[in-house]
Amino acid sequence: MSETTMSAAPPATRQVTVTVNGEARAAEIEPRLLLVHFLRQTLGLTGTHVGCDTTSCGACTVLLDGVPVKSCTVLAVQADGREVTTVEGLAAGGTLHPIQTAFHEQHGLQCGYCTPGMMLTSVALLAENPDPSEEDVRWAISGQICRCTGYQNIVKAVRSAAAAMREGS
Amino acid sequence: MYPGRFEYFVPESVGEAVSLLAERGDEAKVLAGGQSLIPLMKLRFASPAALVDINRIKSLQGLGQADGHLRIGALVRHKECERSELLRGRYGVLGAAAPQISDPLVRNLGTVCGSVAHADPQGDWGSALIAANARVVAEGPSGSREIPVSELFVGPFTTTLEPNEVVTEVRVPDPGARAGGTYLKLERKVGDFATVAVGVQVELDGSGKIGRAGIALTGVGGSNLRATRAEQALAAAEPGDAAFAEAARLAAEDADPIADHRGSVEYKRNLVRVFVERGLRAASDSAAAA
Repeated sequence: MSETTMSAAPPATRQVTVTVNGEARAAEIEPRLLLVHFLRQTLGLTGTHVGCDTTSCGACTVLLDGVPVKSCTVLAVQADGREVTTVEGLAAGGTLHPIQTAFHEQHGLQCGYCTPGMMLTSVALLAENPDPSEEDVRWAISGQICRCTGYQNIVKAVRSAAAAMREGS
Repeated sequence: MYPGRFEYFVPESVGEAVSLLAERGDEAKVLAGGQSLIPLMKLRFASPAALVDINRIKSLQGLGQADGHLRIGALVRHKECERSELLRGRYGVLGAAAPQISDPLVRNLGTVCGSVAHADPQGDWGSALIAANARVVAEGPSGSREIPVSELFVGPFTTTLEPNEVVTEVRVPDPGARAGGTYLKLERKVGDFATVAVGVQVELDGSGKIGRAGIALTGVGGSNLRATRAEQALAAAEPGDAAFAEAARLAAEDADPIADHRGSVEYKRNLVRVFVERGLRAASDSAAAA
């Protein structure tokens, strides 16, 4: 038998360097790799969850240069040279971020699946608006779904974190 | 889910982007915000062999007033429009549409020009821009050309753009100080497409009559629809309930909805009527107050 290998050329890859939670992370990746898979699989940061995988639920939300985005709908190569913050980057040196403390204290989570995304969107909101109204919070998280429907306590937690951060600053 | 394989290019100029597209024809797609394209690629409804990522082309940034028009560069995100003070008053149809597009996270990345080039019949920008008489600027190998947004859409997800053209900006003519507009949308939940939406712009002349009215409909046809007969009925008319009701009736007649999980034909047609009437009243009041 003659060799009839249909060996396709190895997929072209691209070198990227993304600053994730303050640390430069370099990798050789395929352009089609989604940011969420880069974080979870390439870097092992599994705090970012995959929910609907169709740009609807916001479970995969991370901050890209400080702006909340759905990481299932961003290519990792698009983050080259940019900064990404995931839930793993919120606590500093073993001390919870005020948003984490508030979600804990106000029971801002039930199953916890949406929580990383909810917290990151909240951090971005509070950076712009240190005293959001209930409506401001609901508007900010309106692209994210809590399947436990725990919105009351999520909103309470965000406003409680806002108050704590205003006092602390 | 993840997209099929593609070659990825990051040009630094529009010229470079156009060359890349010209070499690859309709095998290549432009990537801007990616909020429509990437989901389609993940579902394998689209499998372009190459992506030309225009996000690093600095000349495509910028929302601002230029020579007699408002310029929306190809990298202007929905969020920037939502927050811009420029998109109030005379450009109110755009300012009202922006915060109703998808959800806040999608608005952080998605672009106006990308949305128009994508030509989703349920896209909101198409109608807002038709009402505002806007034009798209497309650059190709032989230079750039302007296309009225109302002539851009051929049908669902189909435009008159060539595969080797990049939309570089949208130009919205300055309608003058005595103009106002709004965008009314019914959606079942944040992030859903419109059941029905209507973009309205009213421009008053020196005597307080309607100089030009722009009306366009979302979700009731194979593309964003200009309500031509309603616009014509309003030209030179005295603004008021009678004229608005008649225009709304004509727009509802010209709507071409289909029955689906969002509502029946009759329901959607009636929404068009109600929204056009309400929109005209709001736009006219805003224009008169300016």
